[in-house]
Amino acid sequence: MLSQLRPAVVLLLLFSALTGLVYPLAITAIAQAALSYSANGSLIAGKDGAPIGSALIGQNFASDKYFHGRPSATQAQDPAHPDDSSKTIDAPYNAANSTGSNLGPTSQKLVDRVKADIDARRAAGWSGPIPADAVTTSASGLDPEISPQTALAQVPAVAKARGLSEEKLRALVAAQTDGRALGLIGEPRVNVLRLNLALDALAPGGA
Amino acid sequence: MTFVGWSQIAIVLALVLAAAVPLSRLVARIYAGEDDVLARVALPVERVFYRLAGVEEAREQSWLAYAMAMLAFSIVGFLSLYALQRLQAYLPLNPQKFDNVPSDLAFNTSISFITNTNWQNYGGETTMSHLTQMLGLTVHNFLSAATGLAMAFALVRAFARSSATTVGNFWVDVTRITLRLLLPLSIVIALVMVALGVPQTLAGSVDATTLEGIKQTISIGPMASQEAIKELGTNGGGFMNANSAHPFENPNAWTDMLEIWALLLIPVASVIAFGRAVGDLRQGRAILATMAILLIVGVGAVYWAESAGNPILAALGLDPAGGNLEGKELRFGDAMSALFATATSSTSTGAVNTMHDSLTPLGGLVPMFNLLAGCIWPGGVGAGLYGFLVVVVIAVFVAGLMVGRTPEYLGKKIESREMKLAMFAVLIYPLSVLGFTAASVMLQTGLDSLNNTGPHGLSEILYAYASANANNGSAFAGLNGDTPWFNTTLGIVMLAGRFAYVIPVLALAGGLAAKKKAPPSAGTFPTTGPLFVGLLIGVVVILYLLQYFPALALGPIVEHFLMLGGKTF
Repeated sequence: MLSQLRPAVVLLLLFSALTGLVYPLAITAIAQAALSYSANGSLIAGKDGAPIGSALIGQNFASDKYFHGRPSATQAQDPAHPDDSSKTIDAPYNAANSTGSNLGPTSQKLVDRVKADIDARRAAGWSGPIPADAVTTSASGLDPEISPQTALAQVPAVAKARGLSEEKLRALVAAQTDGRALGLIGEPRVNVLRLNLALDALAPGGA
Repeated sequence: MTFVGWSQIAIVLALVLAAAVPLSRLVARIYAGEDDVLARVALPVERVFYRLAGVEEAREQSWLAYAMAMLAFSIVGFLSLYALQRLQAYLPLNPQKFDNVPSDLAFNTSISFITNTNWQNYGGETTMSHLTQMLGLTVHNFLSAATGLAMAFALVRAFARSSATTVGNFWVDVTRITLRLLLPLSIVIALVMVALGVPQTLAGSVDATTLEGIKQTISIGPMASQEAIKELGTNGGGFMNANSAHPFENPNAWTDMLEIWALLLIPVASVIAFGRAVGDLRQGRAILATMAILLIVGVGAVYWAESAGNPILAALGLDPAGGNLEGKELRFGDAMSALFATATSSTSTGAVNTMHDSLTPLGGLVPMFNLLAGCIWPGGVGAGLYGFLVVVVIAVFVAGLMVGRTPEYLGKKIESREMKLAMFAVLIYPLSVLGFTAASVMLQTGLDSLNNTGPHGLSEILYAYASANANNGSAFAGLNGDTPWFNTTLGIVMLAGRFAYVIPVLALAGGLAAKKKAPPSAGTFPTTGPLFVGLLIGVVVILYLLQYFPALALGPIVEHFLMLGGKTF
């Protein structure tokens, strides 16, 4: 095996340089030069030019003047215990620490959480079966999209908070709904951040 | 289940086959060292590499020298990757100022990446510097995949050659595979990914001020270059904790299709190339047909279970039409989540676009079974082919027993030594997986790591060891694996799953290569056609399903019935 040591060390160094530095740096250079929007995270700039978020990453909406995304299971370090990484607090849409709930189908925690969320939706006036995406957490905790049904279910509440007609908002949701490409690829969905940006454009003064 | 969903699945699988056929020619040329356009581009670089490394291109190795070279390469890779993680705080390209990785986690991650497992006990965006991601993890994504395919080349040569003393040169195989196959394909896929929305930047994070005026820190990095080889090399270690469910790693349905396509591509092409290498395309086709049947049945089962959803939640008023969306991203839907989960566990990839821990019991059973069988339909890059050829050897032996003839495969007699080595390789699996699972459920430290209790807790532990053993790397991720117990034992299981398997396989290759190739006669059992495919499926069921049935019954199967009865834990 000792005779194999030289090729092992030398080839590891050479391949490290090639696939670990030259390759990613060359891809970075090409991507930054030719595809800078997506290479830098599909950022959306606000009025002052500073980013208000990424078109791909969901953000947490709490105000009733905005449409809300899916529940998110992401966590953050508990500020009360900054040195103990096992102590965390709920921090929805923490884009620096992606995670799902990892709760299994027979988890009582899952059932309790979904039940509480369904009750809250019912209290907000939702009727009929609740769309599944409205009360389930996504795999990343950063899902930027909701189903058209979940967006439409929020129309009455947002319309009331904004003083807009429900009809106008339903048309807005329809305009912001992405269908399947070629009728086949992807799922029907609404990007929540884009929807809320369009909402602000329609009636300024959201937050 | 919908027509659209099945169409999405069919389109991806058809695209895999359409690309794998031409790619199999390239793989066969690399196997044989034949000249082509890529070879002419790569050759000057290869020659420099050989000269500096002191490798004689034309000099082949015995199986033992081949195995020693592979081990030396893996050990050096382990040490350097461990050192890189332990020193990352002092090294450049660490924009988020991460600390050095703790020793037990660095041990686990190093083993994980040299064995092509890519198990994530770390959260990418909270643990690893950009330098570690690039110079450590990306490099081993290439090299562990190239090593896997080199092992398969050695075994294929054993069947293709007659009375040979050598099985190839490990260094030459690894160099050619990396430079002519993995790197060119990765460059193309990485650029397509950026065009489709995957970031590629050296920045560490972006601070945004949301519409509601709250600060959101968004982790980012050189992701596309790693994402490409992560799928192509069936590695699966994500840049981010959420892996291919993260909207940056997998922003839309197109990238999702591309990723599934990329992770199936080389394994499928390798099986077709096997047929080319042994001079009989039908041999490759029989194996591929078997793999395809096992894969598609699995996809169907997961898709059915996931779109049926969770009756406990439906009873609360949830619309069952959405299927089981807990732990899934809306943009992928049930069908493409089912295909991803099945494909990633049928290969040794382990990337996930859905959280397997939150799959329905039967939806989770399929990936778990795929792992328990060692991820061999179509398997990891190279690892799938040599893994499945071991099953073929056992199947041929079983057929030989039934008809009372000396079993042979491709003109090579399968005798006592071959069977002992094949069985040794196959028996490592249950010993390691069931042994450590049993130990973990008896230890408080094992149970403390669980995120779910009841039968699902057993599933979390069983899945972890099955994943480590099969060098897959996907997880029922609720299990907290970042503890000294799991970091260490999963590391050991990964080592056993790779090396205690591949060394008997190389020994098998050495013995087979030395045998004379006998011409087929009237009494030769045909190893092509539907009868042989049926036999292979039978052997898979007997070897794996029955072997693990008791464990599966206590985990996902009993959980399925408890779920139907509305029982929670």
